[in-house]
Amino acid sequence: MTTVASVSEETESSPYALSHLDSLESEAVHIFREVAGEFEKPVILFSGGKDSIVMLHLALKAFAPAAIPFTLLHVDTGHNFPEVLDYRDRTVERHGLRLHVASVQDYIDRGVLKERPDGTRNPLQTLPLTEKIQSERFDAVFGGGRRDEEKARAKERVFSLRDEFSQWDPRRQRPELWNLYNGRHAPGEHVRVFPLSNWTELDVWQYIAREGIELPEIYFAHEREVFQRSNMWLTAGEWGGPKDGETVEKRLVRYRTVGDMSCTGAVDSDATTLDAVINEIAASRLTERGATRADDKMSEAAMEDRKREGYF
Amino acid sequence: MTSTTEPTEPLSVEQLSATTLLRFATAGSVDDGKSTLVGRLLHDSKSILTDQLEAVEHASRNRGQDTPDLALLTDGLRAEREQGITIDVAYRYFATARRRFILADTPGHVQYTRNMVTGASTADLAVVLVDARNGVIEQTRRHAAVAALLRVPHVVLAVNKMDLVGYEESVFAAIAEEFTAYASELGVPEITAIPISALAGDNVVEPSANMDWYGGPTVLEHLETVPVSHDLAHCHARLPVQYVIRPQTAEHPDYRGYAGQIAAGTFRVGERVTVLPSGRTTTISGIDLLGKPVDAAWTTQSVTVLLADDIDVSRGDLIVPSKDAPPTTQDVEATVCHVADEALTVGHRVLLKHGTRTVKAIVKDIPSRLTLDDLSLHPHPGRLVANDIGRVKIRTAEPLPVDSYADSRRTGAFILIDPADGTTLTAGMVGESFAAPQPVKDESDDDGWDF
Repeated sequence: MTTVASVSEETESSPYALSHLDSLESEAVHIFREVAGEFEKPVILFSGGKDSIVMLHLALKAFAPAAIPFTLLHVDTGHNFPEVLDYRDRTVERHGLRLHVASVQDYIDRGVLKERPDGTRNPLQTLPLTEKIQSERFDAVFGGGRRDEEKARAKERVFSLRDEFSQWDPRRQRPELWNLYNGRHAPGEHVRVFPLSNWTELDVWQYIAREGIELPEIYFAHEREVFQRSNMWLTAGEWGGPKDGETVEKRLVRYRTVGDMSCTGAVDSDATTLDAVINEIAASRLTERGATRADDKMSEAAMEDRKREGYF
Repeated sequence: MTSTTEPTEPLSVEQLSATTLLRFATAGSVDDGKSTLVGRLLHDSKSILTDQLEAVEHASRNRGQDTPDLALLTDGLRAEREQGITIDVAYRYFATARRRFILADTPGHVQYTRNMVTGASTADLAVVLVDARNGVIEQTRRHAAVAALLRVPHVVLAVNKMDLVGYEESVFAAIAEEFTAYASELGVPEITAIPISALAGDNVVEPSANMDWYGGPTVLEHLETVPVSHDLAHCHARLPVQYVIRPQTAEHPDYRGYAGQIAAGTFRVGERVTVLPSGRTTTISGIDLLGKPVDAAWTTQSVTVLLADDIDVSRGDLIVPSKDAPPTTQDVEATVCHVADEALTVGHRVLLKHGTRTVKAIVKDIPSRLTLDDLSLHPHPGRLVANDIGRVKIRTAEPLPVDSYADSRRTGAFILIDPADGTTLTAGMVGESFAAPQPVKDESDDDGWDF
């Protein structure tokens, strides 16, 4: 009868088998070090969201005991959660980092960008980001994007080439073989680098728990005044909500993603600890973007279109 | 507001943290039921979430299809959806209680070779799909050849659509035997054949009730248990230096660490090592494993190594055990897969990236092109175009410490880059194309086939 090689028993107990978190961590550290070795002026996009917090943690580990050879860049929409801005500033202070800020509000005040009728500022981030990359001559820009987030991202490279207008052309992407990343680019072009490409939302949370990484408190369940719009709970505030017909109520919620207040929804949750959050995500039947991001619901290709224009 | 949770049983934090990672690739066309197999693995492991499924159902209805087309889950680009084809490798993620999986889903038709080579380059396992009604066809042989060329350690032959051949053991046995003979001859070290019906769910996640003559694992059971760590005792240890860490602070005035990801084997504190290509020798005085001092470290850990002597070491160098140093050479012979639209020609001036070192190089000769369907050789083609596999001879401007790809996938691999526009041109594997065939087993050993 059929005999199949028996492979199971000793393998899982092999002392040389890395856990999946160790594998992912090592891969991300390798990516940070490749960029440090091959680029002149890299920068980490740092929003104070969990993915960028994990990126910063990995970068600190990759170069310890030396300081990280990168600066940070935050695209400030003007509608950020105050808890997240506090976290950002504390982190910069604690690690002695340099922070660049590209401000959407500045662009609106100068009349370069116009507020959208729906009040959403997410699509407005692209121009300030692109111009900051050009004016500071950043040649590598680390983003926290993960391939599991969205289908246009499932085909993103770890090293993703952008032209001088920051545009992404899916047909110009280079095949990536083994771990031999190709960072060659012409003057004026830059490379977006995604060290968390192979991580899932659950991996990020497990890693946060394992490493004891501090997060902004809005990731955990808390009472908040919210109102319902497009089937999501949005925080009431100066940015433009609630409007007529929308009513504010107090609910126990937490955020699964952190972005612009105008388009990032909270989810009903009583998860006040990391373990509770991890269990909640492991059981969730919705993706984090599906549950919390209004902008990705616009069309089948909403993310692809924003990526082509230079969005992160 | 819809609740985001329902009362399924989540894995405990401990369970989730103890899992290992398997990278695998799937090969096969839509006609073989690849999308159905991938869809079933994702669906039955609860990795397709409600909003994703709703989006697929919605898009399928818009196209006039009654049932959700699971290919729409992976065809993420507008051009792919418009043309109804998959043009690029898609990475999918799923997990069970035992393991986390990264699936490189490679399309069957357009740019086929380039995509499967890309997906297979990082894969520990490849699933080759055949239709039980058609058996081993030209495409199957091509898939086996790519897996063999890329030295993917484990190959699974999934004989699909068993429901359409009456779940007949003899049909499966004949296909498994033919494929195993072919792939073994190419040097594939481990082949596991599994009779399945992706549509009906036989032997994908759950054991089949229709094939009690089959006693082996289901596809998912096999993916969960196949070994992911290599036999390190027989591996050459290799550490490509990525970056030199020099804090130059009051706290660490003299710290000088060589950072890199161990490409193969194990390194120990106290070990004599040689730095290539310079050939200088010293001793490992310490290993930092991301902030934690350790006595030994192994592939694929990212580490920082401290050396006893103050010798010149920089990015691009390779640290190896002194007793097991590869020779350095400026003449590289390799099997390559050309991945760019622009052709590779004799006399082409290129950049060659090997490990962390990038050097100038010139293509001296293209002795042959290989047809994957029948493994026939075409001597002196003069050029290689996109998706061609061939042999090349390259002269590098500086000596490189290369291993044979058969011995070390990471330090036997390289890419060629166009110096003008940075395009990745070619993927290269140093040394012979295929491994020597496995010794033929005595047929009397058992009454079936032996993997």
